[in-house]
Amino acid sequence: MASTDVSGPPVDRTSSLINNPRFRGLFYQVALILVVGWIGYDIYSNALDNLRRLNLVPGDGFLDRTAGFGIIQSLIDYSEASSYRRALFVGLINTLLVAVLGIVFATLLGFLIGIARLSRNWLIAKIAAAYVEIFRNTPLLLQIFFWYFAVLRSVPDMRSKWSLFGIAHLNIGGVYLPRPVFGPDAGLIGIALLGGVAVSIIVSSWAASRREELGRPPRVWPVHLALIVGLPVLVFFLVGRPISFSMPVFNETGPLLRRGFERGSGLVVIPELVGLLLALTIYTAAYIAEIVRAGIRAVSHGQTEAASSLGLRPGQTLRLVVVPQAMRVIIPPLTNQFLNLTKNSSLAVAIAYPDLVSVGGTVLNQTGRAVEIVGVWMAVYLGLSVLTSIIMNAFNRRVALVER
Amino acid sequence: MSNPSVYVRAAMAPAQPAPRSTVGVAGWLRTNLFSSLWNTVLTLLAIALIVSIVVPTVRFTLVDAVWSGEGREACLAANGACWAYVKAYLPQFIYGRYPIDERWRVDLVYAMLALGLVLLMVPRIPAKGATLAFMLLVFPVVAFVLLTGGGLELDGGLIPDDVMAPSAFRFWIEYGAVCAVLLALAAALAAWQGASVARTLRNLAAALAVLAVVLLAVSVDVGLEHVETANWGGMLVTLVVAVTGMTASMPLGVLLALGRRSNMPVVRLASVVFIEVWRGVPLITVLFMSSVMLPLFLPSGVTIDKLFRALVGVALFNSAYMAEVIRGGLQAIPRGQYEAARALGLGYWQMMRMIVLPQALRLVIPGIVGSFISLFKDTTLVLIIGLFDFLGQIQASANSATWASPVTGISGYIFAAFVYWIFCFGMSQYAGFVERRLDTGYKR
Repeated sequence: MASTDVSGPPVDRTSSLINNPRFRGLFYQVALILVVGWIGYDIYSNALDNLRRLNLVPGDGFLDRTAGFGIIQSLIDYSEASSYRRALFVGLINTLLVAVLGIVFATLLGFLIGIARLSRNWLIAKIAAAYVEIFRNTPLLLQIFFWYFAVLRSVPDMRSKWSLFGIAHLNIGGVYLPRPVFGPDAGLIGIALLGGVAVSIIVSSWAASRREELGRPPRVWPVHLALIVGLPVLVFFLVGRPISFSMPVFNETGPLLRRGFERGSGLVVIPELVGLLLALTIYTAAYIAEIVRAGIRAVSHGQTEAASSLGLRPGQTLRLVVVPQAMRVIIPPLTNQFLNLTKNSSLAVAIAYPDLVSVGGTVLNQTGRAVEIVGVWMAVYLGLSVLTSIIMNAFNRRVALVER
Repeated sequence: MSNPSVYVRAAMAPAQPAPRSTVGVAGWLRTNLFSSLWNTVLTLLAIALIVSIVVPTVRFTLVDAVWSGEGREACLAANGACWAYVKAYLPQFIYGRYPIDERWRVDLVYAMLALGLVLLMVPRIPAKGATLAFMLLVFPVVAFVLLTGGGLELDGGLIPDDVMAPSAFRFWIEYGAVCAVLLALAAALAAWQGASVARTLRNLAAALAVLAVVLLAVSVDVGLEHVETANWGGMLVTLVVAVTGMTASMPLGVLLALGRRSNMPVVRLASVVFIEVWRGVPLITVLFMSSVMLPLFLPSGVTIDKLFRALVGVALFNSAYMAEVIRGGLQAIPRGQYEAARALGLGYWQMMRMIVLPQALRLVIPGIVGSFISLFKDTTLVLIIGLFDFLGQIQASANSATWASPVTGISGYIFAAFVYWIFCFGMSQYAGFVERRLDTGYKR
């Protein structure tokens, strides 16, 4: 009978250890550590060997040497006599500049296109769809080349210009804008603005508590307007108008060499920045548009219907019901796109916009310090993404849907 | 009961036709374009926008374009795109500086790739398994031999030079010795674990034999002229980078995704660090790293081909993204599936191979294709480290003295955009098709 035969084949004692999941796990992990450690040691010793042969001592001492190359755009003081450290810092600031501007423009354009894609107007929706399909399916580098080499090189030369309302001008030297000039007391306006924002935050929280008490929100937007716009404007006139604008001066006549825009007048945005910004904005906006569309469509129809049946007007439904719920879906991938844009700004090196990678590449070519420069790049970009993830995770915990 | 003051209709009234304004072209226009004043304004604005963009584009690319001609005079005379230049450079865009007499080899590889993809992608064609095995095992070797010319010099390195001079013979002796050691180890392990020694030996021997055949194929001199990868260019480089990156990143991505969800802390930590580091940095720094830093990490005297270094960088970079996509699929599989597989007595790899991964991969097809598309677009970055891919070749030729004109560059870029767009849009459309096809089982 089968029931009598319960002992089975004799147990092999030697196999018990290898079949023990804990032992096996330990074995695999030790093996992994050994392999990774061996590769790491090999890389380390090879690198030391090779560096010694090149007469390079690893370290950051070289960063204090004189850079000796110019940078076409720097927001802080920089000259050829500055150090490599300073040059890399200029590059970092330029990266952040293009990233911040790109994020602002791409978000605006992306939301516009995303909402247009959901428009009830067939033509508008189709245009938005075409935009997304065209710009998402072509390489960003190609778009950068297109804007920089093809479009911005076919604008008027240095001695002529295209103008928009007499304020913004464009020629092959870049975009010319009015430059704000801050007088000695301009800081007071900034203080007034900060103070206004601070007070209006307090007012907002007071308004929120009033709404809870009374069931209807007090009317606070005039207070906000007065605090955030009115106060700085008032201070501006009180301290004697410390901010003026330096307009770009264009010489149409005179000696040939003096024609064109006068140096030092107005704000010159170099074409490299314009091209990079255009490409990054247009490319990333296509992705943001898709995220916005998906986010809005993720709010179920029942929500809008419920809001309508409660008597909310379409505008209120959108503002109070759809957008807050859509934002919960939109924000995480949106942050991802912001990070992508920041990382993609490293393509600046292809058109010689002096960002961190571009400047770092120059330093690398001059000094041969491959390990240190690549280390700086990785540290900066990793730092930026870790920082963003920390902020976003905190934000996500706050807005995440709390279920059951 | 006939009350003349009460009227009850005995038959259904005939249905009235829908109002004229809601049917047909007019109705469609009314609901979709002119439903309100605001909508009408939007429509008119949209029409103005389309006219202002499409008309100049069509004029530039078709009406005013120059289709034939020689040299830059043809382009200088043009008000529109200069397709004559694209026509003249087309062979370069496709093959780079690959020797003209040897281009049939590239054509052959292209044809094999296209045929293989069609056989794999059209659902109605049978024998998918055999085709896949062919494309993954035979095609890479054949493509490698055809493109480089084969004849890779394998001379071994385990036996010191003064004992035996470097030669193919030394390599094969070493290969045999290593195989013997591996087989012995496997046999010992199998015996210890209580598995079938004969079967373990058979499987390992088969794998080693396949590897030997591959090594033999790439090292034997087949009489083809050797072509340096420095002479490769254009679409060839783009496709080599893209296809290798895609195929290499899939298995790596699966391993990393499994590692990230592993119970073993060291494995998990290693996977997390690997994935997050690659995902945190831009591809361009990875490529710079592979081109300037990798040589420092290798023993002196060892050099690796520049294209190969870029391939390694692209594959590793993409595998991190692939891992995150696949992890999403793994997380979406209900616990019950894992537990049921365990209850059936399947081991870890059996469970993954037969139960979890088929479902997980199917779920993330859109993500996988999305990452393929971005990889395809990212191949353009190799031009920054000095490889001439499709875009790099166009960029280089646009400034050549024989064709330089104000419209040369823009024509090249439009052509490049068109080609990249076809590839990427095609991929996304195919992904949509596959998704709809596989989706049926989940629709309730």
